[in-house]
Amino acid sequence: MTGWRDALPSDGLLAVVKRDCPTCVLVAPVLAELAAEGAVAVTQDDPAFPEETAPRHDADLELSWRLDIETVPTLIRFSGGREAARAVGWNKAEWRAVAGRPELGEDLPENRPGCGSLSVEFGMPERLAVRFGDIPLSARRIVVEDHDDPMEAAFDRGWTDGLPVVPPTDLRVARMLAGTTRSAGEVIGEIPPNLAPCTVEKAAINAVMAGCRPEYFPTVLAAVEAALDPAFSMHGLLCTTHFAGPVIVVNGPVARRIGMNWGLNALGQGNRANATIGRALQLVVRNIGGGRPGGIDRATLGNPGKYSFCFAEDETDPDWTPLSVARGIRPGASAVTLFHGEGVSGFVDQKSRTAKELTTSLAHYLWHVNHPKLCEFGGALLVLSPEHYLIYKAEGWGRTKIHEALRAALKRPGSEVVRGAGGLAEGMEPGRENEVVDKFREPTFLIARAGGPAGLFSAVVGGWTGMRMTGEVDPVTKEIGT
Amino acid sequence: MTEPYAMRDPTAETEPAMRQPVVPPASLDGLTIGLLSIGKERSVEFLDSVEERLAAQDLKVLRFAKPTHTKPAPRGVIQDLVERCDIVVEGLAD
Repeated sequence: MTGWRDALPSDGLLAVVKRDCPTCVLVAPVLAELAAEGAVAVTQDDPAFPEETAPRHDADLELSWRLDIETVPTLIRFSGGREAARAVGWNKAEWRAVAGRPELGEDLPENRPGCGSLSVEFGMPERLAVRFGDIPLSARRIVVEDHDDPMEAAFDRGWTDGLPVVPPTDLRVARMLAGTTRSAGEVIGEIPPNLAPCTVEKAAINAVMAGCRPEYFPTVLAAVEAALDPAFSMHGLLCTTHFAGPVIVVNGPVARRIGMNWGLNALGQGNRANATIGRALQLVVRNIGGGRPGGIDRATLGNPGKYSFCFAEDETDPDWTPLSVARGIRPGASAVTLFHGEGVSGFVDQKSRTAKELTTSLAHYLWHVNHPKLCEFGGALLVLSPEHYLIYKAEGWGRTKIHEALRAALKRPGSEVVRGAGGLAEGMEPGRENEVVDKFREPTFLIARAGGPAGLFSAVVGGWTGMRMTGEVDPVTKEIGT
Repeated sequence: MTEPYAMRDPTAETEPAMRQPVVPPASLDGLTIGLLSIGKERSVEFLDSVEERLAAQDLKVLRFAKPTHTKPAPRGVIQDLVERCDIVVEGLAD
């Protein structure tokens, strides 16, 4: 077996072609003419093509990958062992210049575009990089013995959230890394509780395990960055005895591009992007930060959203201001908003017909977040369904008006909510009897639109009790990069 | 020969494959005990009571505090604990 370098002429011509490319077939007579004078023909598919050239078959595509061939045919001139000139596709003048043969291909047309090289087909560059050793991975390799099962090995090592994970092989990690322009070694931040540095590579490994496709990866990275913003207080959220975990709302063109769900069953199962982006964030916290249930995660009950809780906002109505825009991201940009949410609580109102009726009704329901007498405590994420939104829209209400009306309806007389009032021990601290108090601190009440077209149902996602810490725990929005 | 099946480690790689637990001391004599308040309500009262009991046994106690329970301890606090204490008790987390 000879090495790939042996195929390269020190001084001479080399052409890479495939039978499946009409332009390569067109130039085959030219290649036969050049081969007669010592040029090397390299074929990617049919080992006998082009005829009369004694082709070298690049079966494993190593040569094509090493020479960075993107298009066939490609003609390269070597001089003194180095590449001196290259022509891509068929262009008579270029080939004549590279070959140094002014009469070459007289009968051929002036120009024909080439075809894609097999070495750049989808997923192939990463496969070749893994195979031929140019991959920049630095994470520890864990060898799985023949008698073992990779899925079981992942469970045994404590890498999973209880569901099977996709084994993070070099090829899968390399493909995930191809989903971002950021370098594998870049440190995104330190993941609590252990404040372990999180590189793009480590995030990619966890995204692979979560089941993400590479095109989801920039959204995962933005979610990790948002979680690490000190304003979000991820440390406290993962340690808490409360139910809450991170909830991700995705806005902007990325949601459509990666096929996220904001429609039917948007908060439920069945969509890969929704399911795996949220899971990837949880696996990053678990595996890199060391935040595990029974360890530092002390949740009394937790909630099913701690496997994954991620959905996109419905931005199909141009009258609606997206959540990200309301939170300062420029229109048209993609962003994630992270909220500290417990499970979904269903609001049912099939009788309200006016904006005012619906607002009063929603406020009654929202009072119950955490406890009807706890105000300025956990916030809330209201997921407004299309049919409820239509009641507002019919009266010309948009995000700002709905938000303001709900905030006004959510004010409570302090005398009704202090401890002991109404015969209930729980409530606000004494001394606030004469105040009017807000149910939610301003930055902790969010509204997003999602849901299927039918059903006068909206969802309330109650917020973490840690949100009572003014200035320490707030939702965070980050733009999604590349 | 086929390549062995290998995965990349998704963790911070701070632990060896086989983790050795720290062996607890046989006696508290001569050791310094750090009491770390995590910054949650009533932590201080709880740790005051722990300190009282330890001091009654003539044990050396040092007090430390996180500014808030919602964030990890600042590096300075962690460094102090490592340098000045043999044993750390932290509380109060519900």
